[in-house]
Amino acid sequence: MKTGTLKQILLITDGCSNVGEDPIAMSALAKEQGVSVNVIGVMENDVIDEKGMQEIESIALSGGGVSQVVYARQLSHTVQMVTRQAMTQTLQGVVNRELTQILGNKQTIEDLPPEQRGEVMEVVDELGETVEMEVLILVDTSASMKHKLPTVKEALFDLSLSLNARMGKNKFSLFVFPGKKNDVEKLLDWTPKLESLTSVFAKLSTGGITPTGPALREAITYFEKKRSLRNLISRNDDEYYEESI
Amino acid sequence: MTMSTMKSQFNLQKGAIINGKWHHKQYRIEKELGAGANGVVYLATYLEQLVALKISENGYTVTSEVNVLKSFTKVQGSTLGPSLLDVDDWQFSSSTMYSFYVMEYIHGPDLHSFIKQKGEAWIPVLMLQLLSDLEELHKAGWVFGDLKPENLIVTGRAPRIRCIDVGGTTLKGRAIKEFTEFYDRGYWGLGSRKAEPTYDLFSSAMVFIHCAYPSRFSKDGRGLEQLMDRVKKHKILKTYEGVLIPALQGRFKTAEDMRQALLACSYKQNRPKGTGVSPPSRQPSRKTKGKPNGKTGAIVLILFIGCIYFFYLYSQMV
Ligand SMILES: Nc1ncnc2c1ncn2[C@@H]1O[C@H](COP(=O)(O)OP(=O)(O)OP(=O)(O)O)[C@@H](O)[C@H]1O
Ligand SMILES: [Mg+2]
Repeated sequence: MKTGTLKQILLITDGCSNVGEDPIAMSALAKEQGVSVNVIGVMENDVIDEKGMQEIESIALSGGGVSQVVYARQLSHTVQMVTRQAMTQTLQGVVNRELTQILGNKQTIEDLPPEQRGEVMEVVDELGETVEMEVLILVDTSASMKHKLPTVKEALFDLSLSLNARMGKNKFSLFVFPGKKNDVEKLLDWTPKLESLTSVFAKLSTGGITPTGPALREAITYFEKKRSLRNLISRNDDEYYEESI
Repeated sequence: MTMSTMKSQFNLQKGAIINGKWHHKQYRIEKELGAGANGVVYLATYLEQLVALKISENGYTVTSEVNVLKSFTKVQGSTLGPSLLDVDDWQFSSSTMYSFYVMEYIHGPDLHSFIKQKGEAWIPVLMLQLLSDLEELHKAGWVFGDLKPENLIVTGRAPRIRCIDVGGTTLKGRAIKEFTEFYDRGYWGLGSRKAEPTYDLFSSAMVFIHCAYPSRFSKDGRGLEQLMDRVKKHKILKTYEGVLIPALQGRFKTAEDMRQALLACSYKQNRPKGTGVSPPSRQPSRKTKGKPNGKTGAIVLILFIGCIYFFYLYSQMV
């Protein structure tokens, strides 16, 4: 029995997009398709300007995900935390919708007395532990990112370590933008372990443009066309409830 | 949603009143005790009693921590975590509501401040106490997770260590909910982030190590070797090598096993000079019923003195 898969894009960047479609619109598109978008802004000696900050926050907001801007040394801890938070956020949404259906009147967990919230939380926890995850990692490899890439790699190992401690299955894939020929290039196809990344990051070339929008647009198409958790929710599927809760 | 520290969200001043929406209890804020990723903790008074009140923007965090604390109260005679006193919502404005919970106020310095004041002799003592608590916690089916000096308070005239902040406390077998890199075996490449007793024992060893070194240090990629260097190069840590290294390697199955090994080390430590410190054993002490009898003790001693004599002769030769 399938409980549906939780789909996330994890975008790691250090600044603003400068070509192609509006990344905020692409992120909203992802959300519509049942994929949430998380964004991590990574700084080192440089700082991300106001415009970059705005973009990072807006992409996550319209993508139904979580964003955070950090210094490179905090990247590992942040990547796993953001992913986990976004996962919990989505699951809370799922459970809240189910509650509304059961209790009616647009009731959510906050309307329950504190004593009764505990059990709902246990359901969220349990789902978080067991749900299948697909995480597509999208790394900005424009020139300014070059010296941050080793840190990015390490953070991705760490992410794999965290998610693989769960009982649920995980699949990761890795894309970089800009690619050698196209806006985006696949470095790693869906795999349960990110450890195979070691060789893959070595052959990166770093270019000047930052096509965040086009990269997001392409990324969405790489998710396997299985029913995602979000689609299930928006269709108000009863089946989901029966199968997993 | 953007993550930010909660500090900016709440700025409650002394005298502020928090009214519980469901249970109608009233709390008066005294001062802030601390703030972190999950909320802000205030010292407050309720009917003249001092309590600690944790308030968060994220209601799920509150519910989740309350779940853990509630399950602790079911453990008989337990001192696991602060005891839970109340859970409620605070209607901050017509549109904003914050969840909070109220717990026992654990008065005292954190582990580092305490050791700084009272001296290093306290390290093993407090560690022994911590391991007893962890043993209980593990037996109850939990793993503490985010074990670090900031989450350990030493309280009372007969000093006793207490764990606070159950934000990382996870059911056994699941993925650790929250951790801090320095104390996390995953960060050092020495194990998974699955909630197992060995996870906490690794963190305990790192807490111990951190007590001896004034500041945290970063990994250099050598994993266990780097940590072993740190242990061996420090006078006090070296004497506890036989406890720390197996704990880092995940070789103690239970907190009690680690506690017994630590007890054995401390015992040797306290022997008068001459019998001295024996070389730490590589094996974690197996749980043996009762003490070894006098005969084996004597044999071990003779062997040991023999060894020292041998090394003495050897060093004379070169
Ligand atoms: N019951 C208590 N008694 C006394 N002090 C407490 C208590 N609970 C928390 N504190 C103080 O408040 C600080 C913050 O609490 P806590 O660790 O629960 O918050 P947090 O948001 O989870 O922080 P972090 O994310 O850093 O772990 C603690 O370090 C401690 O100093
Ligand atoms: Mg905490």
